[in-house]
Amino acid sequence: MAKDMMPAFELYQPDSLDNALELLSRFGDRSWIVAGGHDSFDWFKDRTKYAQYVIDLNNVNELKGINETSEGIEIGAMTSLTEIELNDVIRQRYSLLSDAVSRVASPQIRHIGTIGGNLNQDARCWYYRYGVDCYRAGGNSCYADTPEGQNREHCLWGASRCVAVSPSDVAPAMVVLEATMVIASANGLREVPAEDYFIGPNIDIERMTVIEPGEVLVSIKIPNTWANAMFYFEKVADRNTWDFPLVNISRAMFIENGVVSRIRMAAGAVECIPRRLSVVEQVVAGSELNEETAELASQAAIRGATPLNFNHFKIPLLQNLVKRALRA
Amino acid sequence: MITQAKTSRRNFIKGVIASGAAASSSAYMFGVSGCSNQQVSTGGVERLISLNVNGMTRNVDVLPNETLAMTLRYKLGLTGTKLGCDRGECGACTVLVDGVNLYACSLLTHTARNKQITTIEGLESSDGILHPVQQAMIDELGPQCGFCTPGQIMSAVALLSNNPNPTRDEVRRALSGNLCRCGAYDHYINAVMLAAERGI
Repeated sequence: MAKDMMPAFELYQPDSLDNALELLSRFGDRSWIVAGGHDSFDWFKDRTKYAQYVIDLNNVNELKGINETSEGIEIGAMTSLTEIELNDVIRQRYSLLSDAVSRVASPQIRHIGTIGGNLNQDARCWYYRYGVDCYRAGGNSCYADTPEGQNREHCLWGASRCVAVSPSDVAPAMVVLEATMVIASANGLREVPAEDYFIGPNIDIERMTVIEPGEVLVSIKIPNTWANAMFYFEKVADRNTWDFPLVNISRAMFIENGVVSRIRMAAGAVECIPRRLSVVEQVVAGSELNEETAELASQAAIRGATPLNFNHFKIPLLQNLVKRALRA
Repeated sequence: MITQAKTSRRNFIKGVIASGAAASSSAYMFGVSGCSNQQVSTGGVERLISLNVNGMTRNVDVLPNETLAMTLRYKLGLTGTKLGCDRGECGACTVLVDGVNLYACSLLTHTARNKQITTIEGLESSDGILHPVQQAMIDELGPQCGFCTPGQIMSAVALLSNNPNPTRDEVRRALSGNLCRCGAYDHYINAVMLAAERGI
């Protein structure tokens, strides 16, 4: 790990979204958008990725802040994770989100790390990050899915040449809350549901989201659908701070007359996208919450899981997290 | 005078953004390599900037790809801010930007313009009296080897300015972004609790 300067680039600090989009279309694939910068600068410092033109969005104030709307809330993509964690409306009505952001990385990273940056972060795989020519880097092999490959952090589902997982703690919470991603480009705005925003290697191996070149995630809309639901978030990682999840779980639920009337669950770090646990939802909806329901749900949760050499432990881990989420 | 200079610089940058094509094509004209640290900036941010560090305005030549830790240590001589991992994974480079503790290794200096930067050197008062957190670190024998101490102190100062009477757990959480390879965590927490007790 060199402690020298990053390779030189030209830095642009636009003060409006329009200017940022104009720069992005002018420089095309030679440009790189920086939000908080923690993921970006690691790539540059390690000489693994390089961009000639860096567009820093920190001065674009219109992308910052949390607003209440009639349909719910809207969070600007450049809002810091700390601001989301401490926001009163989110703590009262969407505590799943404040719990999830509070477990991301470390305090200093949350102070400048943004929700947009978190949701758009790149895959965490030792080999990919080391700069080898793996599938995700445009090459023709996978170094993690080999007999001696270190893959205890990797996926249980959705392997398609690449076996890396979605490393975000916030993404599964967004899927559970039925959030909508608002994406801007020179052609205007488009909206994509959180569940469709993240894509696996079978769709495009070189990116993790539907964001196309020239596009920027500008805000996230969270509808009233799950406001004030019973929420559960838990993250298991090797360390309590800084670390990425081994598995995390998000749940929103309403109980009426002693039975679960509505439930939505998703797990992170088990697939390249946040994994919606639809089968669990089907098992649990309409049932009372008891040990039998939890047991059935935990068995349903792991259907089709295909472990690699060193990540079998994620199967009982996910099962136990599902049980804990249904006991709480 | 300074205000005037700032305004015109801002207008200059806006002008550069607006008149895009000419600015970016000049990079080819001068044959500037994207990988050279000797690069002359041909568009984007201006290199000569003013930073507010520890209450003083410092004029400094900052490369576009320069992190705040590099500027503080190697351009301004403020070597109290340490570089451990240079990847936002250890916390030794923690400084305050507008009162918020951040990793100086993972922040571009240009992003910290027009903000108040405070380093470990800026904590003691002008008559040389140490900041209460610094004094408490000495009294409680907080540090062991001392390399991570400036970062730990900056995180503690940020905590106490928002929460003057934290619980031990709140201190633990506030300092969780600062690694200590000696494992002197409990000593650091003792010191922060003592500083809180004495009041800032």
